[in-house]
Amino acid sequence: MTAISNTTTTHLMTINMGPQHPSTHGVLRLLLELDGEMIVKAEPHIGFLHRGVEKLAEYKTYHQCIPLTDRLDYVAPFSNNLAYALTVEKLLGIEIPERAQHIRVILCELTRISSHLLWLATHALDLGAMTVFFYCFRERETIYDIFEMVSGARMNLSYIRVGGVSRDLPGGFLEKTRKFVAEFPSRLNEYETLLTNNIIWKKRTVGVGVISAEDAIDYGLSGPSLRGSGVNWDIRKAEPYSSYDKYHFAVPLGKNGDVYDRYYVRIEEMRQSNSIVHQALNVLPKGDFIARIPNITLPPKEDVETKMESLIHHFKLITDGIQPPKGEVYSSIEAPKGELGFYIVSDGSSHPYRLKIRPPSFVNLEALPKMVEGRLLPDVVAVIGSLDIVLGEIDR
Amino acid sequence: MGLESHLGDNILTTTLNTMVNWARKSALWPMPFGLACCAIEMMAVVAPRYDLARFGAEVFRFSPRQSDLMIVAGTLTYKMAPVARRIYDQMPEPKWVIAMGACAVSGGVFNTYSVVQGLDQVMPVDVYLPGCPPRPEALIHAIMEIQKKIEKESFISKTTADTAKS
Amino acid sequence: MDNEAIATLIKTNFPDAIIGSGVFRNELTIIIKKEFITDIAKFLKEHQELDFNFLSDLCGVDRVEMDGVFEVVYHLYSIYKNHRLRLKVPIPSNEPHISTVTGVWKTANWHEREAYDMFGIKFNNHPDLRKILMPDDFEGHPLRKSYPIDGRQPVTLRGIYRKDVDEA
Repeated sequence: MTAISNTTTTHLMTINMGPQHPSTHGVLRLLLELDGEMIVKAEPHIGFLHRGVEKLAEYKTYHQCIPLTDRLDYVAPFSNNLAYALTVEKLLGIEIPERAQHIRVILCELTRISSHLLWLATHALDLGAMTVFFYCFRERETIYDIFEMVSGARMNLSYIRVGGVSRDLPGGFLEKTRKFVAEFPSRLNEYETLLTNNIIWKKRTVGVGVISAEDAIDYGLSGPSLRGSGVNWDIRKAEPYSSYDKYHFAVPLGKNGDVYDRYYVRIEEMRQSNSIVHQALNVLPKGDFIARIPNITLPPKEDVETKMESLIHHFKLITDGIQPPKGEVYSSIEAPKGELGFYIVSDGSSHPYRLKIRPPSFVNLEALPKMVEGRLLPDVVAVIGSLDIVLGEIDR
Repeated sequence: MGLESHLGDNILTTTLNTMVNWARKSALWPMPFGLACCAIEMMAVVAPRYDLARFGAEVFRFSPRQSDLMIVAGTLTYKMAPVARRIYDQMPEPKWVIAMGACAVSGGVFNTYSVVQGLDQVMPVDVYLPGCPPRPEALIHAIMEIQKKIEKESFISKTTADTAKS
Repeated sequence: MDNEAIATLIKTNFPDAIIGSGVFRNELTIIIKKEFITDIAKFLKEHQELDFNFLSDLCGVDRVEMDGVFEVVYHLYSIYKNHRLRLKVPIPSNEPHISTVTGVWKTANWHEREAYDMFGIKFNNHPDLRKILMPDDFEGHPLRKSYPIDGRQPVTLRGIYRKDVDEA
């Protein structure tokens, strides 16, 4: 941090926080104007991780875009895959087999847990609670083991395909996940003993970064950041996708819209996600893991190796890609951070004409000045943490 | 400069060299320059399962002036590159750099208008670590390679040799 | 409200503003003239039945190759009524100006800055229209179809290139 005294008459000081700063969660830069320790003006500067994903997508086929979506919100890659795949499926107007839908739900909720765990780990670390970091990473490793079983990668899964998922669940998956689901509630209680009633934690979070429900909607907040202010909006309930309507879960809400409420909403969400995974494991139907639609999904590998038509079909789909009808669709899901939407304009060719990503963190970060102005400097760290931003999807 | 400037290049150097290098490699202080996805795996390295403390490099310092190993983890953009270079310049000698992940190595999948195609365009790199993202084991391997490199260095000529290279 | 009712309601209130409308995959799209954007935005937010209190997304689309226009696309949602609407406004590519909707939804601020940065669409009366993602000295608007995907501008590095790379 470098501090430059502005003028001697106003006593305002400008502080440059980031882009390399431990608690800005990536490459966020904040320009803070301070009167003593009080924040007069906060101005986020973003774009330090702008990788041109939207432009790059215009040069890729619809399938080639999937790995790009992984790298948006890299803490929850599976949710990004899902949001993108659902949009393309909507554009194509195809139905997904039940098994694939439930597999997606299981992995999506595990992703939500792992994303919230990372949030909890770093948020607590920022506010000085280091033990939580080590505890959360212990559980994250178990989830990563499950992801690795399924897709071969720890982080950027790319497991979803348009029409389903890339392969069936591996042997041993159910047992491992069941074990995790059975253990996880007790682990959550462990974190809660460290934080929920901790007087230091409460002093740092209660009444900090307050935003009212009306303001939150006006600023376009979504996800736990919105529900912390008491607005009951969860896309899984409002516009169910991927058979979420078949599960029972509650939508935790806050009251005051402060950092503590957002913390509590996420903790409860992890409990609900755990319960959804538990339900999904019990009802997981048998059947195909991907819709078999010529010109959209690849034929089974055994057929490609033995049948001429399947080989040709495979070759054509790989080289030409999917060619959806002309039109445009927008579809969004409840990602761990809020409403993650994709808007695709198709001109009928095998590349998207325009792919717009609606990242929740981008919009949530916009409300940061509203939450910190008039508060003290250390509160900025608490508020940034409570918004759970990921710069990968803010800058795209 | 400390001890080395008094001693010069004399007969003690061989053993002192070994000793200084041993000290340097056993207590690396990384400066985690986390930019993107790879930063998450970098965090996993300090977490319990991979426990970088076993290699004497667990003290992540966010201040460049207190560290000697810069781990650049993630995509370097043109907007971020001047910042990266400034932080590199702020680190005291001797210093080493790991380019972690395909993006830092070569730009990775992002062959676009905003991404620097390789960290080595803006600073000298000691170890290139490919992967998207590399596994935590791979990062540990990269740090061990840095340690091997330190072992072979002569601490007196390190600064001058490096300046000549870059 | 269903798509048809929303479309009829807007059409009866702004008969002159509507260029076209359509439903694709159960999503309602209404194309309007750019002069009416602020009025319609206010109407959509304040009308009790419509209650579009949430601006999901705002973005630009470069349709110069197809129709010779830029498009500004608004994705609206009503949290309490649970319905969606897409508004599209074509604006001429030689003079891409449109009124801001930041007065209606605060969240539009950054979205409009992004559209300005990426497409060069100017939003009149915007409180703070600056680049948001690209460096300040970056020239051009990268998401326009005319901008090359590998159009890197090393100038923005401000002379921090390594010497041997520079000379090579």
